[in-house]
Amino acid sequence: MIVTQEQTIGVPQKNESLIARPSEDFPKSNKLVVENLHAFFGSVHALNGISLRIPLNSVVAIIGPSGCGKSTFLRSINRMHEIIPGSRITGKILLDGTDVYSMDAVFLRRRIGMVFQKPNPFPTMSIYDNVAAGLKMNGLRNRKKLDEIVERSLHKAALWDEVKDSLSKSGVSLSGGQQQRLCIARALAVNPEVLLMDEPASALDPSSTAKIEELMYELKESYTIVIVTHNMQQAARVSDLTAFFYLGQLIEYDETKKIFTMPKEKQTEDYITGRFG
Amino acid sequence: MEMQPADFNGSVGLRFKWRKSKSTAMYVLSGLSALIAIVPLVLIFYYTLSIGVSALNWDFFTKLPKPVGETGGGLANAIAGTLILVGIGSSISLPVGIMAGIYLSEFGNNPFGMTVRFLTDVLNGVPSIVTGVVAYTIIVIPMSRFSAYAGGVALAILMIPTITRTTEEMLKIVPQSYREAALALGISQWKTSLRIVLRTAMGGIITGVMLAVARAAGETAPLLFTALNNRFWHTTLDQPIASLTVFIYNYGVSPFDDWIAQAWAGALVLMVMILALSVAVRIATRSRYPEQ
Amino acid sequence: MERRFEKEIESLKTTLIKMGSVVEDNLSMAIQSLFEEKIELAKKIVDGDERINSLEIEIDNAVVDILALKQPVATDLRLILAVQKINNDLERIGDHAVNIAESAVELIRTPANEPLLEIPRMADITKAMLRHALDSFILVDPELARSVLERDDQIDKLNRDMTKKVIGLIKSDARTVESGIDLIRISRNLERVADLTTNIAEEVIFLTQARIVKHNAEEKSKAPHN
Repeated sequence: MIVTQEQTIGVPQKNESLIARPSEDFPKSNKLVVENLHAFFGSVHALNGISLRIPLNSVVAIIGPSGCGKSTFLRSINRMHEIIPGSRITGKILLDGTDVYSMDAVFLRRRIGMVFQKPNPFPTMSIYDNVAAGLKMNGLRNRKKLDEIVERSLHKAALWDEVKDSLSKSGVSLSGGQQQRLCIARALAVNPEVLLMDEPASALDPSSTAKIEELMYELKESYTIVIVTHNMQQAARVSDLTAFFYLGQLIEYDETKKIFTMPKEKQTEDYITGRFG
Repeated sequence: MEMQPADFNGSVGLRFKWRKSKSTAMYVLSGLSALIAIVPLVLIFYYTLSIGVSALNWDFFTKLPKPVGETGGGLANAIAGTLILVGIGSSISLPVGIMAGIYLSEFGNNPFGMTVRFLTDVLNGVPSIVTGVVAYTIIVIPMSRFSAYAGGVALAILMIPTITRTTEEMLKIVPQSYREAALALGISQWKTSLRIVLRTAMGGIITGVMLAVARAAGETAPLLFTALNNRFWHTTLDQPIASLTVFIYNYGVSPFDDWIAQAWAGALVLMVMILALSVAVRIATRSRYPEQ
Repeated sequence: MERRFEKEIESLKTTLIKMGSVVEDNLSMAIQSLFEEKIELAKKIVDGDERINSLEIEIDNAVVDILALKQPVATDLRLILAVQKINNDLERIGDHAVNIAESAVELIRTPANEPLLEIPRMADITKAMLRHALDSFILVDPELARSVLERDDQIDKLNRDMTKKVIGLIKSDARTVESGIDLIRISRNLERVADLTTNIAEEVIFLTQARIVKHNAEEKSKAPHN
C-alpha cells in the first residue's frame, strides 16, 4: 500500500499522520513502516511526526531543502543517529513488522545497509578486503565463500569487470565513481534487505552519477531502497515514490509521477519548480 | 590610472625601497637562525664520529668492559642492556599507552577522560630523574635490589604519556566517515575502534611509538636509580643491568682516554641503533600502514 | 547496458505508430463508406475513433511523464515534442475521418446518384500522403517527407475545383443542393486531412535535421582523440 495525503481543500494538512490508501500500482507489502517519528538533538526538534510506508522492492526518494531533516530521517532508520550524543527518538519504525528500536543495533545494521555521500572505502584495505570487511569482521573466514560473495557483490555493484584483475590494489586507488560503487558492493556483501543511500552521487561527476542511477534501477529488484537527494531531477529519474520534507515535517508523499506532474501541496510545487529552497 | 607605490614624502619609491630591505633582512635573519639551529646536530655528529670511530671495533660489540687501567674491551653488555631495558619498557607502555589512547579518543569525552588527558600531559613534563626516584621507591625498595625490571618500569612510565597522546591524536584524525561506514556495516563499536580506526591510524601511532622508544633508549637519569649498572653480564632480569647511557655517563667524565673514546663510540652506536630501529620499523610497516 | 530511458522512448514511438495505423484504417473505411453503404462499416469507424482518442490520451500522458521525470534534452527532447505534435495531428485526422463518414452516410441517402467528381482522386492522394508521412517518421526519411509536402498543392487545387464544379451543379439543378453541400464537406475534410499530413511531414523533417546534427557529432566522437 502506498500512502497518500488526504486533502481538505484550502487547509494544508500538517502534523497529521498520513492515511493509507490502497493503490493498484503498489499492491506490494510494506518493508518499512514509520509511525509518528520524532527526532531530537538535545532541544532541537529535528523531525516532527513523520509517518509513511515504504513498499518492498521500491525506490523511495526523500527530497527537500537543506536542514529539512532528510538525513536525520534516513539515519534514524538504521539507528546511525545514535552515534551523535544527545540524540533521541520517539515513535516507531517497523522492519517487516518489528520495531527496529527493540532489536540489537548491530544486528539491525546488517539488515539495513547504508551508503554515504562521500565515498569512504577503508584506506588501509585492498578492494577485496573492503568488500569482505563486513563479513570478515563478523567471523566469516572461509576463503572460498568470501571469494564467492566478493565477486557477487562486485557484480551487483557493476564494478566487477573493472577491478577483477586488481582486487589486491588499495581501495582508495580507484576513481570517485568506482569508489562509491565499491562502497555499494561493500554494503551489499553483508546481504541487507534495505539499502539506505544518503546523497550517493552528489560527490560524483555526471557519468558516474548516471551509472549509479542505472544501478539503483537494477538493485530494486532484490532490495528496498531509500535515497536522500538534494537533486530533484535525480529523484524524478530513479524513484517510484517521493517524499517531500520541509523543516522536519513530511509535507507530501506520493508516486513520483504524481509529485512531479501534479503535486497536491503548494509547498511541494514551489520547491519542485525552484521558487524556494 | 596607474597605481604607484605610496608616495607621501614626495620622493618616488623611497617607501618601497625601505620595505624591501626590511623584508630581505628578515629573510636573511631567519635563514641564519635555521642554520644555527642545526649546528648542535652537526657538532654531535662531528664529535661522535671523529672521536668515537677510533674505539669502534669488533671487540666493542662483543667484549665486556675491561677493569680500570686496562685498555680495550667493549660494551657488549651495555648494548644488550639498553635493548632489554627498552624492550621491557615497551612491553608495558605499548599496550597501556595504546589502549589508553583508544579510550581517550573513542570514549573519552567526559570528565574522567579530560582528567586523564590533563594528568597525562603533566606526566609528560615530569623530569626523568623524578621518574627514576619514583621507580626506585615503588620497585627497588620492595624488591630490595636494583634490577632490569625496575629500569624497564621507569622507562615505561616515561613512554606512556607520549604513546597515549600520540595514539589519541592519531585516532582523532581518522575521519568520522570510516567509523560510520564500519558501524553501518553492522560491525560492533569496539571492533570498529580496534580493527578499523586503529588500523587506519596505525602509521601515525607507530611514529609516536618510535619517538617514545627513542626517548627511552636515550634516558640516563631514571636508570641510575633502578637498573644501576653492571660491568658484567646480567644473569637474570632481577639484577642490575648495563646500559649504554649510563656507561656513556660514567666513561665520558672519566680521566681515561680510551674510556672517553668508548663513551663516544657508545653514543654513536646508540644513535645508530635508534635510527636503524626507526627505519626498519618504517620499512616493515610501510605497505600495511601507510602514513596518512 | 541499454538505458531505461531509451526503452521508454521506443515504447512511445511504437504507440504512436500504432495510432497512425488505426487512423489510416479509419480514414480508409470512411472513404470506403462513400462507395458502399454498410452499417458495420459505420460502427467500425466509431469504435476506431474511440480507440484513437484513448491512444491520444495515453501518448499525451506518456509525454508529460517523460518530460517531467526524465528531463530529456537535445534530440531526445525534439523527438518527444514531435511525437506530441504528431499525436495531435493524428487525432484530428481521425476526427475528420468521422466527419467524412457522416457526410458519406448523408450522401448515400439522397436518391439521386451524383457523380463523386474529384472525390475519389482526392481520396487516393490523401491516403497516400498519410501513408508516406507515417512511413517517413518510421523510416526517418526526410525525402519521403518532402514528397508529401509537394502534393499538398495538388489537393488544394482539387478542392477548389470541386467547389467550382459543385456550384455549377447546383446552379444547373437546384435539387442537388443537399448532396452538393455534402460533397463540398467531404472535399473540405479531405483537404484538411492533407494539411494535417503535411504537418506530420514537417515534424519529421524538423526531427531529421536535428538527427543530422547528432549524426555528425557521433562521427566526430568516433574520431581518434588527441
